[in-house]
Amino acid sequence: MNAITLRGVTKRFGAHTIFDGLDLEVKRGERLAILGASGCGKSTLLRLIAGLESPDAGEIDVAGEIGFVFQEPRLFGWLDVEKNVAFAARTAAERARIPEVLALVGLTSARTKLPKHLSGGMAQRAALARALVRKPEVLLFDEPLAALDALTRLELRASLREIVLEAGATAVWVTHDVEDALALATRSIVLQRSPGAVRAVEPAAGVDVGARRALLAALGVPA
Amino acid sequence: MKFALPIALLVAWFAATSSGAIKSYQLASPQAVLAEVNDLATRGVLWTDLGASLERVAAGFALAAVLAIALGALVGASRAAEQLLDPTLQAIRAVPSLAWVPLLLLWLGIGETAKIALVAIGAFFPIYVALASAIRGVDRKLIEVARVLGVRGVPFVARVLVPAALPQLLVGLRIGLTQAWLFLVAAELLGASRGLGFLLTDGQQIARTDEILVAILAFAICGKLSESGMKLLERRLVSWTDTASVPG
Repeated sequence: MNAITLRGVTKRFGAHTIFDGLDLEVKRGERLAILGASGCGKSTLLRLIAGLESPDAGEIDVAGEIGFVFQEPRLFGWLDVEKNVAFAARTAAERARIPEVLALVGLTSARTKLPKHLSGGMAQRAALARALVRKPEVLLFDEPLAALDALTRLELRASLREIVLEAGATAVWVTHDVEDALALATRSIVLQRSPGAVRAVEPAAGVDVGARRALLAALGVPA
Repeated sequence: MKFALPIALLVAWFAATSSGAIKSYQLASPQAVLAEVNDLATRGVLWTDLGASLERVAAGFALAAVLAIALGALVGASRAAEQLLDPTLQAIRAVPSLAWVPLLLLWLGIGETAKIALVAIGAFFPIYVALASAIRGVDRKLIEVARVLGVRGVPFVARVLVPAALPQLLVGLRIGLTQAWLFLVAAELLGASRGLGFLLTDGQQIARTDEILVAILAFAICGKLSESGMKLLERRLVSWTDTASVPG
């Protein structure tokens, strides 16, 4: 059963073709990392899945609710942490879940803080709580760790892994970091710019060293 | 330190008028101005004039705020409304607002309506321009968050656009209020039988500089109070902005 299905997706920006007939399937419960160099279309692919961009041709099918975590927290500055999370809640049941998701991301004691008083890591946790409050079947992450310092990054990477596992959601991570991909995903694809458009390459699935080497090779980095 | 210059000026004013270097028909002494305040207040004239001016500013400013917020929100949020309305409004804005006076007098007569209309014209544009540009400038990234969550229509305007645009709107309202006082003086100088502007013209006609100075003082106090009030409102409502102080 697929959570996300892309069939023959074509996307152009003006005369520039990003994707030309791209196919992609993500199984329910799978955690997919999308890797690639800067500007190769990783974010565009994620935005297509989220419906923030529409394809010029092809079909995109997502089964269920989507939760999106951007590279920047994108919190509403005039709302405190709790109200930022509540922004996403539509029903009484979802509103009742707010304390639970705040506890999950470790922000219970910071729930009345305004975004301007949060550190980068806390702000990103608040954004994660906002994405989780609807219990989405599909979680999309656009480089959620890229804007953080090294230590915060490691910390948040570990809790993201835990939280996504616990949520049991299908997850798609866009990242340019092989370590992130290995830590967070069950499967990785690499977007490669080939003449014309971007291809999705799936290195032979393996474990540990083999997987790292295969990913680095696909990214064009000598291992 | 900030009181040093006003106190020096007051002393100089006192010295110049009590020594007879400046005649009272050129500039009344501070004591004479105080006595005139007392006289006008006890006769009730000051309160009538002050009340008339406050009413005109309040009515004109309220009218301007309602129209400017409605049109500014529409033009800021909708491309079609922007193309339809904004060029015309910008063309009207380019007319020095006092040039409308003869038309207003012909259409509305010399009564209250014309004065309120002139105040409203003066206050309208700063508010309109501030809100339209604020809404157009709302961070695209926040708009995307709302789109991903499927928040659109009226909830989107109320929960994202309005709060995001509020800091700039409040600055526009503050400038609009200053403009309202400016246009009130113009409106009252053109012909009024009550109001602080009337006190000015009356003082001029009977050559009483003390009366003129009372009116100027009253304008200064009202202007300062309304500005401080707006700033207080800004600090209350938009304390969330990540800046050291209120912009503008």
